[in-house]
Amino acid sequence: MRAYLPDYELRAPRSLTDALALLAREPGGWRAFAGGTDLMVLLEAGLLTHRKFLSIWHLPELKGIEVANDHVTLGALTTYTEVQRDETMRREFPLLGAAARETGGIAIQNRGTLGGNIVNASPAADSPPALLVYDAELELVSTRGTRLLPYREFHTGYKQMNMQSDELLTRIRLPRTTGDLKTYYRKVGTRKAQAISKVCFAAGARMNDGRIADVRLALGSVAPTVVRCTQTEELLRNQTIDEATTKAAREMLMTEITPIDDMRSTADYRLNVAANLLADFLRQLKHT
Amino acid sequence: MSNQTDTQTKIVGKPVPRKEGRAKVTGAARYIDDLRMDGMLYGATVRSAVPRGRIREIKFGAGLPWDEFVVVTAADIPGENCVALILLDQPYLVAKFINHAEEPILLLAHADKHLLEKARRAVTFDVEPLSPIFTLEESLAKKEIIWGEDNIFKSYQVNKGNVDEVWAQADFIIEGEYRTGAQEQLYIEPNGVIAVANADAGVTVWGSMQCPYYVHKALLKLFALPEEKIRVIQTETGGGFGGKEEYPSMIAGHAALLSWKAGGRPVKIIYDRAEDMVATTKRHPSRTRHRTAVNKDGKLLGMEIEFVIDGGAYATLSSVVLSRGTIHAAGPYNCPNVRINAHAVATNVPPHGAFRGFGAPQSIFALERHLDKVAQVVGLSPAEFRRRNFIHEGETTATGQVIREPVDMEGLLARAFELTDYQAKRERFARANEGRSLKRGIGFASFMHGAGFTGSGEVYLQSIVGAEAGADGRVRLLAASTEIGQGTNTIFAQIAADALQIDFDLIEVAQPDTSNVPNSGPTVASRTTMIVGKLVESAALGLKQTLQNSGLLKANYTTDDWRAACRRHVEQFGLLKSFSQYKPPPGINWDEGKYQGDAYGAYAWAVYVAEVTVDMLTYEARVEDFVALQEVGKVVHPVLAAGQIEGGVAQAIGFTLYENVVWSEGRMLNNQMTNYIIPTSADIPPIRVYFEEQPYAYGPAGAKGIGELPMDGGAPAILNAIEHATGVAFNHVPLLPEALMQALNQTA
Ligand SMILES: Cc1cc2nc3c(=O)[nH]c(=O)nc-3n(C[C@H](O)[C@H](O)[C@H](O)COP(=O)(O)OP(=O)(O)OC[C@H]3O[C@@H](n4cnc5c(N)ncnc54)[C@H](O)[C@@H]3O)c2cc1C
Repeated sequence: MRAYLPDYELRAPRSLTDALALLAREPGGWRAFAGGTDLMVLLEAGLLTHRKFLSIWHLPELKGIEVANDHVTLGALTTYTEVQRDETMRREFPLLGAAARETGGIAIQNRGTLGGNIVNASPAADSPPALLVYDAELELVSTRGTRLLPYREFHTGYKQMNMQSDELLTRIRLPRTTGDLKTYYRKVGTRKAQAISKVCFAAGARMNDGRIADVRLALGSVAPTVVRCTQTEELLRNQTIDEATTKAAREMLMTEITPIDDMRSTADYRLNVAANLLADFLRQLKHT
Repeated sequence: MSNQTDTQTKIVGKPVPRKEGRAKVTGAARYIDDLRMDGMLYGATVRSAVPRGRIREIKFGAGLPWDEFVVVTAADIPGENCVALILLDQPYLVAKFINHAEEPILLLAHADKHLLEKARRAVTFDVEPLSPIFTLEESLAKKEIIWGEDNIFKSYQVNKGNVDEVWAQADFIIEGEYRTGAQEQLYIEPNGVIAVANADAGVTVWGSMQCPYYVHKALLKLFALPEEKIRVIQTETGGGFGGKEEYPSMIAGHAALLSWKAGGRPVKIIYDRAEDMVATTKRHPSRTRHRTAVNKDGKLLGMEIEFVIDGGAYATLSSVVLSRGTIHAAGPYNCPNVRINAHAVATNVPPHGAFRGFGAPQSIFALERHLDKVAQVVGLSPAEFRRRNFIHEGETTATGQVIREPVDMEGLLARAFELTDYQAKRERFARANEGRSLKRGIGFASFMHGAGFTGSGEVYLQSIVGAEAGADGRVRLLAASTEIGQGTNTIFAQIAADALQIDFDLIEVAQPDTSNVPNSGPTVASRTTMIVGKLVESAALGLKQTLQNSGLLKANYTTDDWRAACRRHVEQFGLLKSFSQYKPPPGINWDEGKYQGDAYGAYAWAVYVAEVTVDMLTYEARVEDFVALQEVGKVVHPVLAAGQIEGGVAQAIGFTLYENVVWSEGRMLNNQMTNYIIPTSADIPPIRVYFEEQPYAYGPAGAKGIGELPMDGGAPAILNAIEHATGVAFNHVPLLPEALMQALNQTA
């Protein structure tokens, strides 16, 4: 452990109200500590610069999966294991289940939360591409009130978010309009498990009369944030799937994403693999 | 139970439970970090941030109670500031010149390990930078001279026949260059020790290690104390793979220096994973160049091989790693003319060190990739080309060693092919791959691995093993060979139990402690079963002989008779002891000057076959099936032996397709398990292990060494399979998807 523990403070407010009050009293002073699976890694390495945390792990308002008529609501503390076990999630939101299955190992799946995955804001996180495909909305709460934000507008730059320091992410809402999407998920991390994505690709589409009626493409690890590739979607909409479309889509995708060289991979590799996966998705779509 | 024991039943060859298995499974086994002593301090190492330079000043940051800390610099060293191993070039602490990033400069100890961590970061160094070199090319080109006169730690030349004369008669001359990268051992338990040291009591060190007597030798010099004042005790050790061969001498010295300065308070140093990965040894990166002459019948006429390894900043074990790599460079082939030029060179990176295979995986990789190329040029299949050149009994290796055991490489090849359906798959995959996005391939490598120290190494070591029997008939084996997870204690007990024809449970193995076990040599070089096991057998037989000579034990006896005889012996004469010392088998000759002769007492022979798929969407290669077939003399313990092979193959798969040390300014950037990618169980195919047995006359019960062998064949077999799958020849490992992509897109 490379951290000096006495430098840190951890509080466990009794209720959401207490937690929000604490956040409001000292804006920027306190930060949420959910499953801790991102934070503990930093702490162990001596890289956790923020010092004051409030544990939200036990707050009931942030837990559970609720199924309503037109949407499913996931508490921010929903774990990967819970996502995989829920019947509605399995049936209607398979991309999220696929992401959950390939996240960490069993211990991480039991402890890591969707809220943490979102707010940690890593461009390599694995559930955000799925959430983007499903047009997820986030519920952000503070003593000032509650707001609902399309997830697509949440990440504004590398580790930059549309979230105030007195806010907590409480819920994630998924509209129940996507159950019939043909979906495709591929996490490329070189090894089969316990990998950080080099490219994460989630997609869904509907065909109508041989043409693409609806298409959603979202990628991780190819830009400063996870991204929905709307220009490529635009290009594909109403098209039939043939070689020319595929080629044009590949080219568009490669201009739309902006991967970098880093310790884990190269920009070139990420571009090529992203384009290959898009082509593979289109090929499968055509044959369904 | 033991009353019923059939004393004729052989235990060698049976999968008996591991001696220390119960303690490990129940958590009773105590590793170094489980141990705590009264008044113990924690130690930390402050290291260099730069790869090369001269220290101008050491600065202690504000805001810390420095007077509470024990602080040790080079000036505090009571003896010599060098880690005694082969040469004396590596300091324990930098006095002035920094030669690699993460080099230890200053030591700190404090009772509060968290405050210690804060203090470590508060110490900084004002350094005048010097130009570093990081690659073996820069070193060979003498871009800077950073070690000795020419950056060369060691060179060897092996000559057989006259290779200069073959080029003119050759029908084909084939050249190639092959490279391998650094690899981290990644044992489960990081390096750690506890030391107690003061002028009166001397120095005692407990720790995780492979070679207690190496540590003993190093501490002697560091403290300039008489031998009996230094004591080294191996605690339960969670893996080594060579990574705990030389480095424990460093960390043990550091903890002992802190304890010495603290007046004898115990000091514990445990590295976390990040420090262990960034600062300790890795496998030597290598470059091998081949030039091969072949006639139109596919017969090898001559091989010229240049083998260079990057040793890092200090000599450490590079000369011996180079030696093993050199001797294995020409493989199990009969070639009349061979020249091998080999060099270990210096660069400004942390010293590279021992890692399973010890230079052989590097040079065998090059050869077994190269021979696939040679076969292609000659117009033969890789298998047929090798068949025409395999070595046989009576023929000679590159060092001129006459093979005196019956070797049947053709037989191994045929069986390995049968087990994998190689021929059919070779044809079927080639046909089916066209246009597929998952391409399949199959390839193999044939090779050998010498067991024991090279050349006269074992003669110099003069290893000794002891055995003692108490009044209750229990036999304690005394050896410095360490149980590091590989099963030493179980194997030794099996060998002794069979030698004495008594119950396995009556045998115990003493904890290696230099104050009461003899020096049976280091736990390295696939020597523990074959060499030390043989000494265990003779020491045990010595006990039996004493009892029989004194008339206490008859020719045929039961375990109960044995007990009774021991009791009587102890009553009449005291504890029964027997020691055995290494003697080379007859007819072993080695000329160190010419680098010729019998390089190893025995070789294990093997053919490994790998089947792969290459995903053309993600450029990821995966091993789908792996057959490891080897001839190993005698399998002492089938489960442990298979475990060694499976583990070695898994490590080889990591070396080949996953494990990439990312360097920046001579420092490992990805020193975390998240970013240094080792394969998981999901990435490892079923590893199908097969043994053939051809008992070796001088091994215990006929056994030869196998610990390193499985590291050798994986990389070339896998890359040969990838070439089969993709049609592209790759000549370096690790071969990552990024490199596959570049080459495949170029050829597409
Ligand atoms: C071994 C290992 C493997 C992993 N594998 C993967 C993987 O395959 N894929 C992947 O995507 N991730 C992986 N992770 C990362 C991590 O597990 C996930 O990002 C996880 O979802 C984080 O959730 P958490 O609850 O543990 O977050 P925490 O560590 O508790 O918090 C992370 C960040 O989010 C903030 N936060 C958390 N909850 C809230 C909230 N409700 N409101 C406001 N802010 C909040 C915290 O302040 C912190 O900044 C892995 C981690 C480890 C240690």
